[in-house]
Amino acid sequence: MARITMREAISQALWEEMERDPKVFIMGEEVGLWGGTYAVTKGFYDHFGADRVRDTPIAEAAIIGGAIGAALTGLRPVAELMTINFAFSAFDHIVNQAAKMHMMFGGQMVLPLVIRAVGGGGRQLGATHSQTPDAIFAHFPGLKVVAPGTPADAKGLLKAAIRSQDPILFIEHATLYQTRGEVPEGDYIVPIGKSTVARPGKDVTIVTYSKMLEISLKAAETLAKEGIEAEVVDLRSLRPLDMEPVIESFKKTNRAVVVEEGWKSFGVGSEIAARIYEEAFDYVDAPVKRVAQTEVPLPYNHTLEQMMLPKVEDIISAVKEVL
Amino acid sequence: MAEIVAMPKLGFDMAEGTLVRWVIAEGGEVAKGAVLAEIETDKATVEVESSAGGILYRQLVAEGTAVPVGTPIAVIAAPGEEVKDLPETGTEGGADAPVAAVEEKKVPDEKTATAESAGQKAEAPEVPAAQPAQVAPEGGVLRASPLARRIAQENNLNLNQVTGTGPSGRITRKDVEKALQGAPAAAPVKPAAAAAIQPATSWAPGAPVPDDERQPIEKLRSIIGRRMVESKQQVPHFYITSAYDVAPLMELRKQINLQLPEESKLSVNDFVVKAAALTLRQFPNINASLTDKEIVRHGHVNIGVAVALDSGLMTVVCKDADQKPLRTISQEVREMAVRARAGKVRPDDIEGSTFSISNLGMFEVEHFVAIINPPEAAILAVGSAQNVPVVIDGEVKVGMRMKATLSADHRITDGAEAARFMQTLAGFIENPLRLML
Repeated sequence: MARITMREAISQALWEEMERDPKVFIMGEEVGLWGGTYAVTKGFYDHFGADRVRDTPIAEAAIIGGAIGAALTGLRPVAELMTINFAFSAFDHIVNQAAKMHMMFGGQMVLPLVIRAVGGGGRQLGATHSQTPDAIFAHFPGLKVVAPGTPADAKGLLKAAIRSQDPILFIEHATLYQTRGEVPEGDYIVPIGKSTVARPGKDVTIVTYSKMLEISLKAAETLAKEGIEAEVVDLRSLRPLDMEPVIESFKKTNRAVVVEEGWKSFGVGSEIAARIYEEAFDYVDAPVKRVAQTEVPLPYNHTLEQMMLPKVEDIISAVKEVL
Repeated sequence: MAEIVAMPKLGFDMAEGTLVRWVIAEGGEVAKGAVLAEIETDKATVEVESSAGGILYRQLVAEGTAVPVGTPIAVIAAPGEEVKDLPETGTEGGADAPVAAVEEKKVPDEKTATAESAGQKAEAPEVPAAQPAQVAPEGGVLRASPLARRIAQENNLNLNQVTGTGPSGRITRKDVEKALQGAPAAAPVKPAAAAAIQPATSWAPGAPVPDDERQPIEKLRSIIGRRMVESKQQVPHFYITSAYDVAPLMELRKQINLQLPEESKLSVNDFVVKAAALTLRQFPNINASLTDKEIVRHGHVNIGVAVALDSGLMTVVCKDADQKPLRTISQEVREMAVRARAGKVRPDDIEGSTFSISNLGMFEVEHFVAIINPPEAAILAVGSAQNVPVVIDGEVKVGMRMKATLSADHRITDGAEAARFMQTLAGFIENPLRLML
């Protein structure tokens, strides 16, 4: 199996799906001639042409609105948002139109729409360009929210997303593009809505996803040296949220730490903790701990920014608190 | 919907129960699981819990009446509800009599278990509780994780007796598992006897002579009477007495008890139970019962331990004692004894013994013989460990000896086998380390 970067894995998935299905097309800011802000669509414009790789104005509402229209007429648009922070400009289109149409109109129409959005902090892009608002979007029924943590999952989940009949927000973490991993070649699909155990363990369950998977696995390695075996569960999608591996793991370890990059209040960790209390109350041996971003707008200053984001040490100390 | 509460079946061979006392009066409010009445069975007094919540609409059985298992004894109705077609007083319950009350009694929920242990302390202050209750943390709130609570409930462990080591003294899985594994053991069964003896005045001219007192024979007393008469009349007893050198056992016990908290110290009887159980494993014919047609050699070695009560005697059963460590035996026997004295035994506490031990060692008894507890094949009567002159290498020295007498049923076993049993038992009692292996 080839060891490729997540950027290459996403690129591969897009390329293969566009080759497979002529209805699939790309639209977004700088996706065509420039090849994508994060170079994901480099070479696509020359190969697939301007009709299927469409540069758009800097107007996110227009991008998503146009993509919704295209999806309703039978195409399979993959709209790219340069950062997920710009999704707020298209918020009404995403949560009020895309997420609701299918159900609101009695299933008369389907919306096979994928919105690729770059998320996460840590690249000194300032408070307005570094957010992790994943939980906000996961709040809305009708919208699937997928956020891979490995190159293989990025490829497999994106291919599944493009083939899905539902609107999907596909969040790619900006600092994961260079991460390498083994990725199966060809038609590799990862079903959406299946959490997975990324590392087996018996002492504590760490629940996480996206970039924080990488950090959590590092923490687990350090903990293992001290004889603490953490089981790391990768959610992979926030909606649908597959709790089964989490609950199964928790029933074994009786302790959990949830790690997310976004803010703690009303976040992913809150949801997971609540579900654990509801579904496995009699297995709880310690309060579920949440590790998350410090609740301030993320600073630009590199040192300060790094201080605010969840770190390996934060996870280790949280694990020790619940043990 | 009115609910009928029936006389529960609280043991294998329970055919009827006597309703001793109504706890709730007619018209009184009852919560589901609340104690409705007390009933006396062949073996113990137990509480009947209501299988439903509401109003105690009608008591169908008068206090002091014995009725067969399954007979409706009470009707629980919703407040204001008129119940028609009341079951007749004292009629057979038949197949459709609800068994909910029985089920509930068998599996007491946490609340009940706690209430029971609280009851034990209140009613039998002279008996040391299985473990001292920890003082509850501030505000009287018991801090325990849900998991710890569940494990405790499954194992009938009172969390008040567990020390929490988690944050704010929270009891976690670790603490409960530790409590279950190791520690808590039974206080030696030592009734108030010695301490209570006051020197009686030996000469008091003109003191009034008390009148004769007539005591009605209580249920337990009459059961003991009936069973002992049956045993003494029908079972051909024979007796074998041995004196065991218990100096090493007493020394080992001293050493072990130095390591244990007061409330979990091992009694001599705990060692005897273990030793007898291991010996019985080698003597299946003595770990046996007699039925009309055959001798049943039991697979399990369940040791009945006689416990003295104010109102008589009861045998609590340490199941599979050959397979349990001493501390577990000690803890189980102690807890069952506490329940027995508080009149709160569970059916399981008194069922299924395959051999019995009666120990009067704490009363400075040289030795005695016991009556077999039918249908068992034998019973061991254990006296006190005493300093006695012994002859060693032709010289008289001071030795520590304990006498034990086996009463055996001649229909099942014979003198030689019983004597070999006592010899094998010596191998364990005189080499107590073997009980730890």
